[in-house]
Amino acid sequence: MTAEPIAAEDFAPDSGRIKARFDRLRAEGRGGLVTFLTAGDPDFDTSLEILKGLPGAGADVIELGMPFTDPMADGPAIQAAGLRALKAGQTMVKTLELTRALRESDAEVPIILMGYYNPIYSYGVERFLADARAAGVDGLIIVDLPPEEDDELCLPAVRAGLNFIRLATPTTDAKRLPAVLRNTSGFLYYVSILGITGTKEIDDAPVRAAVERLKQHTDLPIAVGFGIKTPEQVAAICENAEAAVVGSAIVRRLEQGLDAEGKPTPGLARDVLDYVASLAEGTRRG
Amino acid sequence: MNEIPNSLRTGPDEGGHFGIFGGRFVAETLMPLILEVEQAYDAARADPSFQDEIDYYAKHYIGRPSPLYHAARLTEHLGGAKIYFKRDELNHTGSHKANNVMGQILLARRMGKTKIIAETGAGQHGVATATACALFGLECKVFMGALDVERQQPNVFRMKLLGAEVVPVTSGRSTLKDAMNEALRDWVANVEDTFYCIGTVAGPHPYPRMVRDFQSVIGTEAKEQMLEAEGRLPDTLVACIGGGSNAMGLFHPFLDDEGVRIIGVEAAGEGVETGHHAASLTGGRPGVLHGNRTYLLQDADGQIQEAHSISAGLDYPGIGPEHSWLKERGRVEYVSATDRDALAAFELCSRKEGIIPALEPAHALAHVIKIAPGLPADHLICMNLCGRGDKDVHTVAKHFGMEI
Repeated sequence: MTAEPIAAEDFAPDSGRIKARFDRLRAEGRGGLVTFLTAGDPDFDTSLEILKGLPGAGADVIELGMPFTDPMADGPAIQAAGLRALKAGQTMVKTLELTRALRESDAEVPIILMGYYNPIYSYGVERFLADARAAGVDGLIIVDLPPEEDDELCLPAVRAGLNFIRLATPTTDAKRLPAVLRNTSGFLYYVSILGITGTKEIDDAPVRAAVERLKQHTDLPIAVGFGIKTPEQVAAICENAEAAVVGSAIVRRLEQGLDAEGKPTPGLARDVLDYVASLAEGTRRG
Repeated sequence: MNEIPNSLRTGPDEGGHFGIFGGRFVAETLMPLILEVEQAYDAARADPSFQDEIDYYAKHYIGRPSPLYHAARLTEHLGGAKIYFKRDELNHTGSHKANNVMGQILLARRMGKTKIIAETGAGQHGVATATACALFGLECKVFMGALDVERQQPNVFRMKLLGAEVVPVTSGRSTLKDAMNEALRDWVANVEDTFYCIGTVAGPHPYPRMVRDFQSVIGTEAKEQMLEAEGRLPDTLVACIGGGSNAMGLFHPFLDDEGVRIIGVEAAGEGVETGHHAASLTGGRPGVLHGNRTYLLQDADGQIQEAHSISAGLDYPGIGPEHSWLKERGRVEYVSATDRDALAAFELCSRKEGIIPALEPAHALAHVIKIAPGLPADHLICMNLCGRGDKDVHTVAKHFGMEI
């Protein structure tokens, strides 16, 4: 059932970190880089080492994937990352531990947990929201919870002070957009392609037009993702969107640093962070 | 839920919920498409010419109505209840899957879709879909776990012969669950011209309802045929359950008939206690996967576990949401049968009735073998013999230590 829109006063005060970050980007006159990594990939310690280095490498917002056995909107790279993390023993408890450790090292960077509903449902919605908030999480992106299922997690989340960031896609037409925007907060994530993560190249012109169209309907910052892997693409996206999201390409870079047994080779974290730094250059062009 | 008091047949509600089960848990890219399918299906249901079209193909192409057959020698052998088989294994393509596929493909045609995708486990749904696509000249792509491709070679060949592309899925653990993930991924990338023909009463709303409606012809016919043969309704219905479409098709028209006992039989694999099974209702708990909330095999952290069964068609860690609801309402009893029980039933049915059943309904038969001897001779059992066993002869021969 479609949930009724909830009044703004029902939104509990959030951490303010996402808004502060986009305000700062605007003041600096540049777009932001949103990076995605799967929590616990390839193992807890390596994952934490990379995560702690991200803000220094130029990540403006950190998306942390909660591994799931059946990620139906993700391509091969992120599927493999999730299975690596699960094999290394990653659990929801450990993902929240990772978040807490990251938050201790950086008080300002927005942290978004991204994934699928079942691990949260299994953990217990109320317990999850309380623990995520306490661990320093600022927002959630849950791929398989469209507005039709807002009662499940979206409304409890905004009442608990967590931003619920929605995906808009090329199939989200004008008729549907109000439903997608309702109850969403923090920023809006525009999925640039029809398809799953990491499988198609982004096409500039239609994405630019779509972002313009979205801006006529919302004042929220817009981050564009799916199919972005070079500093040039980041720069192009940031010409009219507030941020560019890079996921599969970073995950693939990480994968390149694994040996035949899937164990991290020396220098893996440094290499991933160097790549992130090169992408961040794209936000400072133009 | 907006239901008529005392009726269990009015679900789901507008959002696709059967109690807490069902729903529409899909990515935003798919939502407009799911809503389009729902609208198209609602419009088709209101149009008598749609049902006429289904009836035409059901009669002249699939071969309906399927007989209701008194299995006299098996009844005599077991020495108890009077056993009837609803013979959906006689349908064109060899299983009940054709009933649902014909409905969905006719709907896809009405919607102007030119490409059909489907997932398949044992290959029965894949073959049925490939068949209907050949009949109507539609492009067909079937996703099948690489492991299943290996153990169901005859069906893979059949699909290719019918002109379908068979895509072996190597993601995850390469079985039905992963084939469904991959079909959903393909759909997200090709929403414009593609119709996803789901093979069971699961997935996002409106699929569980739509597939149930198309399969309900089984129960509607069985009811009429039993009244004709015995002058009354059956005492017990029995059907096997993987996703649960043949069972829902038989059960649904009887849900409000209080005197009819209804039993669904899940696949217990090597035994529910061993952890190697496919019995989601017996050994799982509610969760969200493939667009709906239902009972799932999952670990303590909400990660989906692999199902195990000798029958590839029951090898799925979930179950249709309406079954989850019927379990919690207590209307349907859900039990299980092991690989071993199913194999024994497979052999017995072949010897006593000259019918080689598929391994899936062999699970239902295993339960009939268990309960029939303890029931009186005037107790009527109606079991859905939903598929034939030709596809399983290699698997069974291997288990009996024979070479073909």
